[in-house]
Amino acid sequence: MTSGTDQQWPRWQRKGISTVIDVLELTKRYEHRTAVDQLSFTAKPGHVTGFLGPNGAGKSTTMRVIIGLDAPTSGTVTVAGRRYAEHTAPLQVVGALLEARSVHPGRTAFAHLMALARTHGIPRSRVDEVIELAGLGSVAHKRAGSFSLGMGQRLGIAAALLGDPEIVMLDEPVNGLDPEGVLWVRNLLSGLAAEGRTVMLSSHLMSETALIADHLVIIGRGRLLADTSVGAFIEQAGGRGVKVASTERDRLRALLSGPDVTVTSDAAEELVVTGLDSRRIGTIAAEHGVPLHELTPQTVSLEEAFMELTRDAVEYHSAYADAATRRAA
Amino acid sequence: MTTTMSTRAATAGLREPARPAYRVTGLRVLRSEWGKFWSLRSSWITLGITLLLLVAIGAIASVTYSPGAAASSGPSGPGSGSPSDAVSLALLGSTFASLAIGVLGVLVSAGEYTTGMIRSTLAAVPARLPVLSSKCAVFAAIATPVATAGAIAAFSLGSIGLHGQQIALSLGAAGVLRSLVGAGLYLGLAGLAGVALGALIRSSAGAIAVLVGVLLIVPGLTQLLPDSWADNVSPYLPSNAGQAVMSLHQSASSLSPWAGLAVFAGWVALALAGAAYRLVRTDA
Repeated sequence: MTSGTDQQWPRWQRKGISTVIDVLELTKRYEHRTAVDQLSFTAKPGHVTGFLGPNGAGKSTTMRVIIGLDAPTSGTVTVAGRRYAEHTAPLQVVGALLEARSVHPGRTAFAHLMALARTHGIPRSRVDEVIELAGLGSVAHKRAGSFSLGMGQRLGIAAALLGDPEIVMLDEPVNGLDPEGVLWVRNLLSGLAAEGRTVMLSSHLMSETALIADHLVIIGRGRLLADTSVGAFIEQAGGRGVKVASTERDRLRALLSGPDVTVTSDAAEELVVTGLDSRRIGTIAAEHGVPLHELTPQTVSLEEAFMELTRDAVEYHSAYADAATRRAA
Repeated sequence: MTTTMSTRAATAGLREPARPAYRVTGLRVLRSEWGKFWSLRSSWITLGITLLLLVAIGAIASVTYSPGAAASSGPSGPGSGSPSDAVSLALLGSTFASLAIGVLGVLVSAGEYTTGMIRSTLAAVPARLPVLSSKCAVFAAIATPVATAGAIAAFSLGSIGLHGQQIALSLGAAGVLRSLVGAGLYLGLAGLAGVALGALIRSSAGAIAVLVGVLLIVPGLTQLLPDSWADNVSPYLPSNAGQAVMSLHQSASSLSPWAGLAVFAGWVALALAGAAYRLVRTDA
């Protein structure tokens, strides 16, 4: 087990990066199911890495392996250059919020955080600090079992920040949070990344992640589907075509054609044009007296692009969503 | 390398000038588990119930004792099986107390799994084994003195009730203190058996069922065995072996007090070894 880690160390030392999450050819098989399949990616300092995939794609499993709760079937996972369990103060290296509840409902928020803090010799003052930071001041001495979903998330985030970690990894952090809480998480995470920390968050919602993350790792059925930047993903997804409807379709098609322009047609009176913007198309049509009935810039939403990418990898289909996707396609 | 140095210096500057050097140590894990035990209401309640069962049942049995009833129930001279000495009367509640304290042990370990707390615990202490050993140390340090005190309290209260009776004994009489301290040790170990089963089975209900089965039901099942087998097997069963240490007089078939305790401790150690193996080897 350690030999693999020893081989990993020099690689990051050469690159001069010390606080990354490095997943290398990770495979995790349960009895009859492969949850993660040859997955490799890196989350780097100063960036917010969005870890995306449909439900059951293997996001939570990957995160559990990163913090050593599950052992990989094969492959290596290192944080800041070593296996998680090899760190002398793991909470100071990685602060993690897991999707599943990880709190005893009978303990107060304060007692829960103190129990974790004591293992590392983290002072009580830091516990009070993260309670305030997470906005739990008024409920710190209430039992966690009485917390709402959103309060539970805040407690989980407080626990993740307890050790002032270099790497912050959150599984579905905005689940159950109210709009104010969502905004808080967004600002918190971008603030942490701006301080040079490595931030990774998982989500099954593309639109929400694009607001927080700058780097995207998209998986489906345990496999890597895309490792890209948010900007590149949007550009690739957009298509940026313009839908034009006209009774004189073929004449317009001839007028619009050019070296960087592609024109396609699905319907009798419709064209989809890429390479020209709607303003230019309108001008050309007016100059030549072609009547236009519709001139609409096409924007494929991020969510649609994400669904398109992961469609074959969705574990749990619903009949309704399937029909909707087919219509959209 | 130069870039590393400068980035790290810059980010450190944004926060504190020097990051505190935290470190997980065995003593800190112990302190954490100590705090975890006392910060749950269920710990206080279950410990209280254990004490109540032990003291109340023993005291009531002693106070309501009448030599006539004991004599009429059969030809039981001193030293025979029925509860006719002051110690066995005082410890009449030990069976119920052993279940209560075993449940407390199960809650300490299996409770982490049923609530999901184990994920937080093992994320903080990924070496894992210190968690189990600290739980055991904390549990033994709390349960054994409490149960010993309970046994002595039951006997002392019972002595008031038995005042003037033929079977009355003082705390200083031969074997009395050994039996009472033995009861404390037996209950402490029964609780540890609960901790071990809880960590092994990872479900409160399952672990409690196994605990009840092993402590109460299995000894009765030996009646199904041929007599010659039963006599050889029965004394070595966990609860039979453990109870030898808290009886004033040993029957012909039972082990000597300390040998019995050692056999019971061996059973508990076996369960703990299984728990440790599962904790280290399997996914949390």
